[in-house]
Amino acid sequence: MKTDIILAGVGGQGILSIAATLGTAALSDNLNIKQAETHGMSQRGGAVVSHMRISDQTIASDLIPLGKADLILAVEPMESLRYLPFLSETGYLVTNTTPFINIPNYPEVEKVMEEIRKLPRFIAIDADRIAKEIGNARASNMVMLGAASPFIDIEFDKIKEGVRSIFDRKGDEIIDLNIRALEAGRDFSLQNK
Amino acid sequence: MQKQLLLGVEAIGQGAIDGGMSGVYAYPGTPSTEITEYIQENTLAEERNIHRQWSTNEKTAYEAALGMSYAGKRAMTCMKHVGLNVAADAFMNSAVVGINGGFILAVADDPSMHSSQNEQDSRFYGKFAMIPVLEPSTQQEAYDMAYEGFQLSETTGLPVMLRITTRLAHSRSGIEQKEVLPENALILPSDPKQFVLLPALARRKYKTLLAKQVQLEKLSEESKYNMYFEGTDHSLGIIACGISYNYLMENYQGKTCPFPVLKIAQYPVPSRLIKRMEQECDEILVLEEGAPLMEEMLGDFFGKGTPVHGRLDGALPRDGELNPDLVAKALGLTTFVGSNIPEVVANRPPALCQGCGHQDVYAAMNEVLADYSKGRVFSDIGCYTLGALPPFETIYSCVDMGASVTMAKGAADAGLIPSIAVIGDSTFSHSGITGLLDAVNENSNIIVVISDNESVSMTGGQDSSAYGKIESICEGVGVDPAHIRVVVPLKKNHGEMVNIFREELAYEGVSVIIPRRECLQKAARRKRNKK
Repeated sequence: MKTDIILAGVGGQGILSIAATLGTAALSDNLNIKQAETHGMSQRGGAVVSHMRISDQTIASDLIPLGKADLILAVEPMESLRYLPFLSETGYLVTNTTPFINIPNYPEVEKVMEEIRKLPRFIAIDADRIAKEIGNARASNMVMLGAASPFIDIEFDKIKEGVRSIFDRKGDEIIDLNIRALEAGRDFSLQNK
Repeated sequence: MQKQLLLGVEAIGQGAIDGGMSGVYAYPGTPSTEITEYIQENTLAEERNIHRQWSTNEKTAYEAALGMSYAGKRAMTCMKHVGLNVAADAFMNSAVVGINGGFILAVADDPSMHSSQNEQDSRFYGKFAMIPVLEPSTQQEAYDMAYEGFQLSETTGLPVMLRITTRLAHSRSGIEQKEVLPENALILPSDPKQFVLLPALARRKYKTLLAKQVQLEKLSEESKYNMYFEGTDHSLGIIACGISYNYLMENYQGKTCPFPVLKIAQYPVPSRLIKRMEQECDEILVLEEGAPLMEEMLGDFFGKGTPVHGRLDGALPRDGELNPDLVAKALGLTTFVGSNIPEVVANRPPALCQGCGHQDVYAAMNEVLADYSKGRVFSDIGCYTLGALPPFETIYSCVDMGASVTMAKGAADAGLIPSIAVIGDSTFSHSGITGLLDAVNENSNIIVVISDNESVSMTGGQDSSAYGKIESICEGVGVDPAHIRVVVPLKKNHGEMVNIFREELAYEGVSVIIPRRECLQKAARRKRNKK
């Protein structure tokens, strides 16, 4: 088993919480992990990316080679497109549709969506809206992880456990909210893939 | 025991704690910061009361760690590559005096300059100082080398450099921990003159350091971290240093690399292993993350010997970090690539946070400086360096920590009046104070803006060592209190800030303007942690 994931977003959007959750899930499933992330200057509202590799074999490189990612998981639509050179011929792109506009030359959102729709395999989900409906916009990252979960070779229960352990210190209410967010994202993908 | 999921930097922190370290000394700098942060939050470090406070700069950190080593305890100092420039005086001489308790210098290089002013390869410093250098390729090796590094240091009597690069620093993987070692007892050096570099003593000690090189090379040759893997195809031999070994192996996943491979993770360079490769192989490819240190050593100046390929002959790019694709190309292997980035995708560079106080400072400065020709504002290293970019484009320099103050002074000396420096609170305490003293001593006609957000923000909001002390430091250095002006940088205070700038521009002498408002990120983090 091997899943290579490019996690993409904007500094401050919290893609690392997705990575931490997945990493915990993979480790409890006795899988090997390497996950390279972006710290430092780009965290100030710049484009950020994390390479996450999960495998039952030894993983050599911390970086995913071009054209080899099984999945691009983006919490922002324009950012989802920035890493297309990494996506394999059979890979899936899973992206949030809510744009994060912090630059003056952000393209028309519809043009971004057009590019996404050109791809053979994609899930475009309004994670922010779904998270709000569930009760907290901040759970949108867990909606995204749920939406990506059908394309990740880890048992869904393990991912749920990962969510529980990451939010453990925040109490049952927050854990439940995030689990519901995760499930809502997964349901959307299973219906739309 | 389940593996612990740690970043490379965190693995170093854990390895050092488990290896019996009594103190870490550091100044934050990407990608090294989280070594110290990890230790600060570690339970065992708290129980043992391991020293883990931030230092004012890398030089003070290095020297304090050396002092702890003098007292017989195991100590580590951590910094980014440019931080080692700041600590270089202490570093070079620490190799000559040697150590008492085990001493590790963990230095994190940033090839491709993800968050730095330059890319430099600290292995050159290691070679320059003639000390052992360890260069892990995995998080587990990072842990093991920090753990065992103290022993290596005590065996050789020298500081040991643990060199990592951005990718390993900020990549996470599972780590197996070792048994926790006790701390060293407090024991002073057996030779009371060991740390005294008077010329007569220094000459003797330098010869001792030179003589030690034979032992260091032998240790490298026997090191479990330097491995020679046989190959069937001797048309090429590959030397892979540190993390570049991972990129090489990525290209042979599920296969065997046909060429002999020498994985190097401990320096000085293990000559015997390299000579073996030269004898067995027709050509050599050197993979190194950083500058071509090995390649330069092995390359034949006159082009008569075994051909050596790498960053110097174009097999690999001369600059920037490596990756599996670049290594594949150097090996002539097929690479893949997904679809192109659509044209609609715009660049998203980092920017100052919305509502950040630095923005209000630059807005006021731009209004006031509209009356003058451009190019009068010198700045420094921190979030506020983003003021060089649109929409503000206020500043014209960012060179090294503290250079804003001294460059403004030099420009004023040259006749550029007014000259203005913009520096952050932490950068000011790191390296700005001495420059301010120079300016005061000559009554230079400059304005020093200390944009104080009460935090080391770019690296994640660590406490600034000048917190609560900036006015008294400036007064102590000799700035006239009437020209130390404090203001809260908010939109509603724009007029007040503009007036202060105008008043201080009219003053012929050293003025300090301190716009002070807590970093938004730090404030948010503080509120979150309270919950």
